[in-house]
Amino acid sequence: EHPKMSASQVKGVSTGTTILAVRFRGGVVIGSDSRASIGGEYVSSRVINKLVQVHDRIFCCMAGSLADAQAVTKMAKFQLSFLSIQMESPPLVKAAASVLKELCYRNKDELQAGFITAGWDKKKGPQVYTVSLGGMLVSQPFTIAGSGSTFIYGYVDAKYKPDMSREECMQFATNALALAMGRDNVSGGVIHLVVITEDKAEHVIVPGNKLPKFHDE
Amino acid sequence: MALSNVLELPASGFNFENSARNAVLEDVLGDGKTKTPKPMKTGTTIAGVVYKDGVVLGADTRATSSEVVADKMCAKIHYIAPNIYCCGAGTAADTEKTTDLLSSNLTIFSMNSSRNPRVIMAVSILQDMLFRYHGQIGAFLILGGVDFTGSHLYSVGPYGSVNEVPYLAMGSGDHAAMGILEDGFKPRLELDEAKTLVCSAIHAGIMSDLGSGSNVDLCVITRQGVDYIRPYQESEFKDQRQGRYKYKPGTTPILRENVEPVEVEVMQETVQKMDTA
Repeated sequence: EHPKMSASQVKGVSTGTTILAVRFRGGVVIGSDSRASIGGEYVSSRVINKLVQVHDRIFCCMAGSLADAQAVTKMAKFQLSFLSIQMESPPLVKAAASVLKELCYRNKDELQAGFITAGWDKKKGPQVYTVSLGGMLVSQPFTIAGSGSTFIYGYVDAKYKPDMSREECMQFATNALALAMGRDNVSGGVIHLVVITEDKAEHVIVPGNKLPKFHDE
Repeated sequence: MALSNVLELPASGFNFENSARNAVLEDVLGDGKTKTPKPMKTGTTIAGVVYKDGVVLGADTRATSSEVVADKMCAKIHYIAPNIYCCGAGTAADTEKTTDLLSSNLTIFSMNSSRNPRVIMAVSILQDMLFRYHGQIGAFLILGGVDFTGSHLYSVGPYGSVNEVPYLAMGSGDHAAMGILEDGFKPRLELDEAKTLVCSAIHAGIMSDLGSGSNVDLCVITRQGVDYIRPYQESEFKDQRQGRYKYKPGTTPILRENVEPVEVEVMQETVQKMDTA
């Protein structure tokens, strides 16, 4: 029985969080909130960046214990840069997701961290993978994770369309994150988005006062 | 990896020998009546701010052992490198030793590579070490420094989590200090504004937290050098001692004086040459 990914069960700083990644026509959008909390009671940082660049066109977002997630992504970054030198080409997104999966699966008793990996590679184009707490690796057109994701399953299931344009996709991601941040106490702050395409990886920040507002605000 | 270490790193995994030893000792001594002594904690307020030309770090100077003040003038801002200093909260011994170890390793690195260490290197080493010990080392650190990439301020938690921020407070008085920092911080502060801000933040911690007190120490780090001001602001509640506790010469009358020279004869002399080749 693996522990739930809930803030109160993680020791130290936890990213009780909302993270997601969505594939669109020509790229992916990966996004997260920016809150880090201790024990679900105190916000230790309201501007933390949970989106980590593990290679030129591959990003990960972290959920769970911040210390564990940072240690795993550091190791993954190193392994991928080594791999890209060995193979003389940028790593595949699936390779990046696999590296994280191996680390999470082999050390599942000690670690409490989950990830979403998204990026672009030459072989399969834009892809989204999710690596759960215990080390399960699944590829999906879009995925949501973290404690705040439970509040938006209905929204994303209803609103997702395959083959969206870049603007539609960014709006979809922004809305989903804003809705989750509005309902989950351990998600909040600003929205970090990274749009990854063949040409570049662009970091967009949506500050708190520019978040989309819904009927009750 | 070309990193020389002063002490040997353990082979792999965590080293919990001492925890096991403590558990055994508690069982053996006194059948549950004896408890291992509580470590001295620095119930503390520490803060840091990045300003226009560098970083200002601040700390209070009280070290407590449960409800007694063990040290009224304890130094919580530790030297790491000529351009990097670290404030420590949590278990006093852990912060001391961790920062000492880090400082020694970075000095060896500097000598090997003829370079001043970067702040991110200090942070990475700390993160690796604290993560390996799974939170058993109770060190809550604020690392600040200036290198050629700019001025940086990092928080490092006992589990190995790292966060780079423009302003920060940690320790038991962090809530009070954070309130002052959130209100007063602006990007690109001037030196005097930054010093006043950090001092007010620590002062708020001293006033509102029982574990923090006494004086405020400041450390200003810039490209040009370091200004370690200890104390920057003295406690306004420090009293003057009313009585004199020193005795004047002649207080005790001398009744009789007897001087006996002791003859010393050289029996044997050995000279050992030191090989400085």
